[in-house]
Amino acid sequence: MHEHAIGLPVTRKEDFRFLTGHGTYTDDINRPNQVYAYILRSPHAHAAIKSIDTSAASAAPGVIAIFTGADWDAGGVPCGWQVNSKDGSPMNEPPHYPLCKDRVRHVGDQVALVIAESLPQAKDAAELIVVDYEELPVVIDMEKAIAGDSNLVWDEAPNNLCYDWEIGDEAEIDAAIAGAAQVAEVEIVNNRLIANAVEPRAAIGEYARGTGQYTLHTTSQNPHVIRLLMGAFVLQLPEHKLRVVAPDVGGGFGSKIFHYAEEALVTWAAPKVGRPIKWTAERNESFISDAHGRDHVTRGKLALDADGNFVAMKISTIANMGAYLSTFSTCVPTYLYATLLAGNYTTPQIHCNVRAVFTNTVPVDAYRGAGRPEATYVVERLVNEASRITGIDPVEIRRRNYIKADQFPYQTPVALMYDIGNYEPTMSKAIAAADYAGFEARRAEAAQRGMLRGIGVASYIEACGIAPSQVVGSLGARAGLYECAKVRVHPTGSVTVFTGSHAHGQGHETTFSQIVADRLGIPFENVDIVHGDTDKIPFGMGTYGSRSLAVGGSAIYNAIDKIIAKATVIAAHLLEASEQDVEFVDGQFRVAGTDKTLGLGDVSLAAYVPHNFPEELEPGLEEQAFYDPANFTYPAGTHICELEIDPDTGEVEIVSFVAADDFGRIINPMIVDGQVHGGLAQGIGQALLEGCVYDQDGQLLTGSYMDYTMPRADNLPAFQVETSVTECTHNPLGVKGCGEAGAIGAPAATMNAILNALSPLGITDLAMPATPHRIWQAIRSATPAAAAE
Amino acid sequence: MSVTVSMTVNGKAISAEVEARTLLVQLLRDELELTGTHVGCDTSQCGACVVHVDGKSIKSCTVLAAQCDGAEVTTIEALATGDTLHPMQEAFRTNHGLQCGFCTPGMVMSALDLVANNPDPSESEVRDWLEGNICRCTGYHNIVKSILDGAKAMRS
Repeated sequence: MHEHAIGLPVTRKEDFRFLTGHGTYTDDINRPNQVYAYILRSPHAHAAIKSIDTSAASAAPGVIAIFTGADWDAGGVPCGWQVNSKDGSPMNEPPHYPLCKDRVRHVGDQVALVIAESLPQAKDAAELIVVDYEELPVVIDMEKAIAGDSNLVWDEAPNNLCYDWEIGDEAEIDAAIAGAAQVAEVEIVNNRLIANAVEPRAAIGEYARGTGQYTLHTTSQNPHVIRLLMGAFVLQLPEHKLRVVAPDVGGGFGSKIFHYAEEALVTWAAPKVGRPIKWTAERNESFISDAHGRDHVTRGKLALDADGNFVAMKISTIANMGAYLSTFSTCVPTYLYATLLAGNYTTPQIHCNVRAVFTNTVPVDAYRGAGRPEATYVVERLVNEASRITGIDPVEIRRRNYIKADQFPYQTPVALMYDIGNYEPTMSKAIAAADYAGFEARRAEAAQRGMLRGIGVASYIEACGIAPSQVVGSLGARAGLYECAKVRVHPTGSVTVFTGSHAHGQGHETTFSQIVADRLGIPFENVDIVHGDTDKIPFGMGTYGSRSLAVGGSAIYNAIDKIIAKATVIAAHLLEASEQDVEFVDGQFRVAGTDKTLGLGDVSLAAYVPHNFPEELEPGLEEQAFYDPANFTYPAGTHICELEIDPDTGEVEIVSFVAADDFGRIINPMIVDGQVHGGLAQGIGQALLEGCVYDQDGQLLTGSYMDYTMPRADNLPAFQVETSVTECTHNPLGVKGCGEAGAIGAPAATMNAILNALSPLGITDLAMPATPHRIWQAIRSATPAAAAE
Repeated sequence: MSVTVSMTVNGKAISAEVEARTLLVQLLRDELELTGTHVGCDTSQCGACVVHVDGKSIKSCTVLAAQCDGAEVTTIEALATGDTLHPMQEAFRTNHGLQCGFCTPGMVMSALDLVANNPDPSESEVRDWLEGNICRCTGYHNIVKSILDGAKAMRS
């Protein structure tokens, strides 16, 4: 077996540069003659700009230029997904200019762009800008926002409504619920989160007057998409004159998918000042300018028959859009959320209504999992509530309602067709690893120590590998979602792969190299993976939604197929054999049944030095594939959290956390485990620690790492990761995707464990994040004796 | 107001004229082009900027360059010998203790200070020590493993 074969835990090639300080992140890049941008941001959540006086600032030392909304002469930042309301009307889509023209709509909105010789000079000058604001009424709370016509974020959006969308037949489902034996109900808030990649966003805009070429270096998960959106829609630059480079990127988790105002600003201003312009966010700036995630208020019902079978589900959600529509914001609570509400279950009828609202807050968009964590949370809280009211064990009620292995492909009532799955063995692995059967004894032992111990189960499914262009197009996407790969075999047989995927921590250079080395039978070291530069790679769609391997890896796989096909023709010619008789095995082209062989290097050399070459064949050995999958992929699994609560303080300690997942075929198990760990940390973070808090004036109270609780090493346990494999049926690698699973399963598993621990006190509901304070309050309210102490 | 600062950085004597308000991390990144040390938070929470000053780990976004006049500063760039990683770096590599790599230099520098004072830390001691370092990618599981493994390699 090849030492870097598919399936082996190969250590990562990218690590040497990261470990030695030789990574190149955007802020590490400095361009000759560069100047610095600082963005003056709104301190108000909602205000009219009466006037801006930049005269003193313009005269400050080092200042080169100051731009305000009056100077902005280009387009608005677009939203990439059209959602229609249930009455057929298009969504309300207000303009989003990179510099505010007359009104600011959230704390952090861009008011002025200051460019100076140094960053401290730019910041000093910004303090001299005088903006005359007239404060306007603020709306933060979603339910208040949608309740009436007062406090409008946009005058043209009555009731602050962006859209009112539904899937399923409401009347039918109401009837099913009315006739059901029992109905579980929940009211939940999916707390607003911030992705908080440790690398802040940054952008460097450049313009070469000699060639008319623009270059943008930016912290992006998808440079081609940024080029398309910014070039075509905002600045209207010809694409061939715009290069977007996303070098090493220090984490994304969704927040670096979107096209941001700052990218457009530095590119737009570069020719105006005639020098490269660099902007790097400070962390507190990230908190008020990176898109936030989640933020739903939801009411859910799950109806059951007398045997505990699910018969219908009804969900009503209000989803916060913030003040503007970020790039993919509109599809998250609809096509990435409502379509996942079947979960792992055979619920025959589902209705979901989603109302998207504008508020005076930072725009909300996809964050790790994007819609699937929100769907899983409501489904799995409902399933546990169903378990509670029926008295059926949480594991048993899930098993009873699972889609069975022989029911695939399975058409859900909410649009998706799951290609394959086998949920029971994965849950069994989780149960065994967590010693579920032994829990009651551990609970009793903990009780003797005065501790409340709980166990929580959550199953999940996600739709990864986003996905078939035709399908997403029919759902309102304004882009295709395929992936590209170009495989270049060099004359000496080493290989460079150009991929449209983008890596920001996922280890693509290693995983993709494994695929190439394995299939071409060449040393792993002889493969380079190039990504993140629109001048180098074919048009690709980038990395999000766990699509890199399933879509990007499949494109590489198909391009290698083409390489092997062409190389076989060349080898047959060189070996003087018929093409049909030449087979490619272990990196050698061999005439079947003989010892006549040629290595890939021999063939590629001949391809580039075609002295003896068939007339009808083009020289060179380089192939390209665009891969558009037939369906999403459907990873699924079960997570089990066990924890203890100190009733005196409300503090939670996670005692064990098991994640059992089915990701299809595994290319690199070490990297897969790492992806699961990271997702779990973010999911547990949502359940226990993280959450944005706005006050009623729209000030973000959790506006720095000092206020927003990021999970730290001592908040988290060691994780147990189990894997089972049912291969995806429709991509050539059989892979599904693993990056978001932890963030999807962990919130529900953790909250179910907390509610299980608190169940002896009669507590059946608690909001995320379940902070010690919140838990302590719940305990005090539930136990009059404790409260009276 | 500008000041002249002199110090030894990674074994090399340097001298620079900087604004008095210049932070050590700005001197390292902007003047000396040692971009392995990163800035993640500006409020001393994340630890991406940890370097060693006179042998102790400090957050270089929190001290002025002028405060380090005459000091001996070590950054992530000084740990490996040619292509041979320091045992702690090697432990992060073999245990998949990093993903995007942005917090990694600070993690490694912080881990080395822990091990200098506590050559055989327990898992909970490692988790406690990492109070000042945020990683958003790994869930810390493999970082903790890496540091335990790196400490073991350094003991032998």
